[in-house]
Amino acid sequence: MPIIVAIPGALRELAGGRSEVRLEGRAGSVKEALALLWAEYPAIRDRVVTERGALRPHINVFVDGENVRYSGGLDAPIGDGVEILLLPAISGGA
Amino acid sequence: MPIIHHVDPKQGDVLLLVGTMKGAFVLRGKGNRKAWDIGGPYFPGHAVYAMAYDRREGRRRIWAGPNSMHWGGMLRTSDDFGRTWSNPDQANVKFPESTGAALQQIWQVVPGRDEAPDTLYAGVEPAALFVSRDAGETWSLVEGLWNHPHRPRWQPGGGGLCMHTVLLDPERAGRIRVAVSAAGMYVTDDGGETWRASNRGVRADFLPDKHPEFGQCVHKVTQSRQKPDRMFLQNHWGLYRSDDRGESWTDIANGVPSDFGFPIGAHPTDPDCAWIVPLESDEFRCTPEGKLRVYRTRDAGGRWEPLSNGLPQDGAYETVLRDALAVDTLAPAGVYFGTRSGKLFGSSNEGDTWSTIAEGLPPIVSVRAAVA
Repeated sequence: MPIIVAIPGALRELAGGRSEVRLEGRAGSVKEALALLWAEYPAIRDRVVTERGALRPHINVFVDGENVRYSGGLDAPIGDGVEILLLPAISGGA
Repeated sequence: MPIIHHVDPKQGDVLLLVGTMKGAFVLRGKGNRKAWDIGGPYFPGHAVYAMAYDRREGRRRIWAGPNSMHWGGMLRTSDDFGRTWSNPDQANVKFPESTGAALQQIWQVVPGRDEAPDTLYAGVEPAALFVSRDAGETWSLVEGLWNHPHRPRWQPGGGGLCMHTVLLDPERAGRIRVAVSAAGMYVTDDGGETWRASNRGVRADFLPDKHPEFGQCVHKVTQSRQKPDRMFLQNHWGLYRSDDRGESWTDIANGVPSDFGFPIGAHPTDPDCAWIVPLESDEFRCTPEGKLRVYRTRDAGGRWEPLSNGLPQDGAYETVLRDALAVDTLAPAGVYFGTRSGKLFGSSNEGDTWSTIAEGLPPIVSVRAAVA
């Protein structure tokens, strides 16, 4: 089962205009799934994680509806066919 | 998305590059700087602390360092005054893995010397200097400064641990002076291999030792192109002049309502002339008495005169940040500044009279003046 990644509007230009990407490779963790995404669309990487590989503070990654910040971070294990959402957090006040 | 306007500068027009907390604007001066076309907003939603214009080797290139709260920051360029911008696949300013650091903000982009037309510098947060020697295609950390033994003891100021000033000495090819809040100034004479602290005479009121070797909260520094020994400095409390290229600093806060402030601008040809915008205090970072006044010295700080003709003088509790004042290279010099409340003011006669160029912009964090 492919992993499905939903691409937020701000990054779609960097993913060939796609709102959803289906990844066919094998991934045992969120990080490995994202590595598959970077391999296909390399420009997305530096927008989502820092040069140290850490998730940017105002980006949330949901796996099947669960925010990975509370379920093991990018090292959290995943199964086949999960749906990953990349979403900008509500970051306001200014 | 906002409607984006563009400008079409002609050769010789004055350009203003205005960075705000929510995007960048490019302005073209018309009619001897009396009227302005406004282009933008570019990078809507991004904070743009760093902008520059590079006209070396026939370029007409605008540099900007937009930073998104969500998507991070990188350096981007436009060769058509903002109609199109580069959008690199990979972030072009990155800390090496060995540092363990990650870029937070690009605070400064500075074209190198004319004799090195493909060299540029970037000052960033966490405080570090990057250099490019291939016209901005690739950037590398200046490790001589990053590895300085003082660096682990540098403390951030209110704006973060930022390198906000990069001065290339007009005469000495190997000399670069940088300023960091709140680490003070560092100087290299060998192009960046080795660095030394250079803060003699500059106070640090917030430390037990008021004159430490380093740790000052320098806000902005200028160097005269005509007489490079002459420098001016606006400190976090303190207004200074150097007559020996920054080796020592003398207090020149003579007749100003406050020696707290952020920006300082130098005259393009007169080494005795500079402009500041005093703020009441570090507790109340607003223009004193609700009057927006620029102060100018024409005698290297012996005396400062208030300039208020055309500026609001009633209930004007404004803040002008360190990079939000710029001086052009025409005669008489044009002086421009932006406020955190989004007002942009300009003078085409060295500050004698002022006019409002724009109102209602997002909070202004940087202003650069250039000739197209």
